[in-house]
Amino acid sequence: MNTQLSRRSFIRGGLAGTVAAAVLKDKKASAAHNFEGYPDAMGVVVDLTRCVGCRSCEAACNKEQRLPEPAEPFDDFSVFDYMEHGQKRRTDEAHYTVVNRYDVPAIDHPLFRKIQCFHCNEPTCLTSCFVNAYTKTPEGAVIYNPKVCVGCRTCLVACPFYIPTFKYSSAFSPRVMKCIFCYDTRLKKGKPPACVEACPQEALTFGKRTDMLRVARQRIRETPGKYIDHIYGEHEAGGTSWMYLSPVPFGEVGLDTDLPNEPILNYVKGFLSFVPVVLTLWPALFAGFHLLATRKNRVEQSHNDANREG
Amino acid sequence: MRFERKLLPAVRAMGLGLLLLIPAGGLAMDVDDAPAAVVIDFLQNLYEPVHFDHTMHLDMATCSHCHHHTIGTGPANPLCARCHAGAGEGDIVACSDCHDAQPFTVENLKKTAEPKLFHIDKPGLMAAFHINCRGCHEEAGGPTGCQDCHKMTEAGEKRFNTGKYAPSGYKAVPKHHDAEKKHE
Repeated sequence: MNTQLSRRSFIRGGLAGTVAAAVLKDKKASAAHNFEGYPDAMGVVVDLTRCVGCRSCEAACNKEQRLPEPAEPFDDFSVFDYMEHGQKRRTDEAHYTVVNRYDVPAIDHPLFRKIQCFHCNEPTCLTSCFVNAYTKTPEGAVIYNPKVCVGCRTCLVACPFYIPTFKYSSAFSPRVMKCIFCYDTRLKKGKPPACVEACPQEALTFGKRTDMLRVARQRIRETPGKYIDHIYGEHEAGGTSWMYLSPVPFGEVGLDTDLPNEPILNYVKGFLSFVPVVLTLWPALFAGFHLLATRKNRVEQSHNDANREG
Repeated sequence: MRFERKLLPAVRAMGLGLLLLIPAGGLAMDVDDAPAAVVIDFLQNLYEPVHFDHTMHLDMATCSHCHHHTIGTGPANPLCARCHAGAGEGDIVACSDCHDAQPFTVENLKKTAEPKLFHIDKPGLMAAFHINCRGCHEEAGGPTGCQDCHKMTEAGEKRFNTGKYAPSGYKAVPKHHDAEKKHE
């Protein structure tokens, strides 16, 4: 009798716990949903009508971040023809940023597009990291701490822009390599990142993200026909610190136009928040159900046994 | 503030970066008052100074193509004309008087955050040169390659891992500057 009572109360407690956990988790989740980025986060507008493909940003990044010597000089423009697995150059452990050339039929000259970490308002790399190696700083940078990273590389898969890369070349100190907005050396001191400072055409314009949106909107408004009426990164993936203006549809310069306007995290948040609950409480809950459901049989069995003996 | 032509070397010496100083001869700004040549040397860390032949360019563009609304000839750009159509001759006409060599300092970003300001998107000095000069060069068939205007210094070669700082084992391929070919 005693054992049955305690089992029942155990199940009751389990149920209550499940409900409470689910409710509490949902509250937290909805609070995170409304995060629209730090108010003073800095941002950059990349204007593809201005970029001339000089690769000064790549050279500046290489020196500022003390990246390895490149395979070819930064004034070698044959790299724009480079293709691997049908893809143009991507960021890797030696290049936090790369410029690629896009030959768009609609206009009579090629376009050049720099790519680097977009520094999302709600970064998927950060939320996918189970040891919190990533931080979104109030200045807008998404930075990375190699000391806590366990090298699982989930962030590489999670990033909607395919930006973080892994330092496979080092057997003893492997780590994730990605643009950090020059956070340590520049951004936190109020300076623009090295690439922005090096750009001769100001294809990269730096300022508070909110001001950069005003600048981008002004360019679209004041020069009708020059730009697609869209700021890539204003809403994509929940909003990013780095944003793009383009004279042609963004898909033609290699940017993913199928990204949702809300943080990628929102698609898995409900599921992820329920995982601990499921793993801890459901085994107990269903074990309880099983015991309850089979109790009648067991009681009958013992009755029958008793009768037979009697 | 008005500079006489003879002050030009002094200005350079003061390290003001230099910049298209056109001295005023009396009340009217006149072509004859323009300097014959200007040395643009604020990028001299990575590149040699640009020796800009001002006289030669007088035949190729109107003054307001570069000086916008500051020399009393009326702005060439209709966007500027909305507010500056009747603008007279300004006191100073050097590029660097409006375009900052360091556009993204904390102070400058504070200025451009001013809600009522129209000019929130004024290019810095380097961008003003490149956007204006290079844009015109593309249309008019002028030189557009980086080193057509300014040769790289040793510091520049180091920055770009080129010349004597080229990566070991690198075999130079025939150069074709895509940026130069933009409008071919």
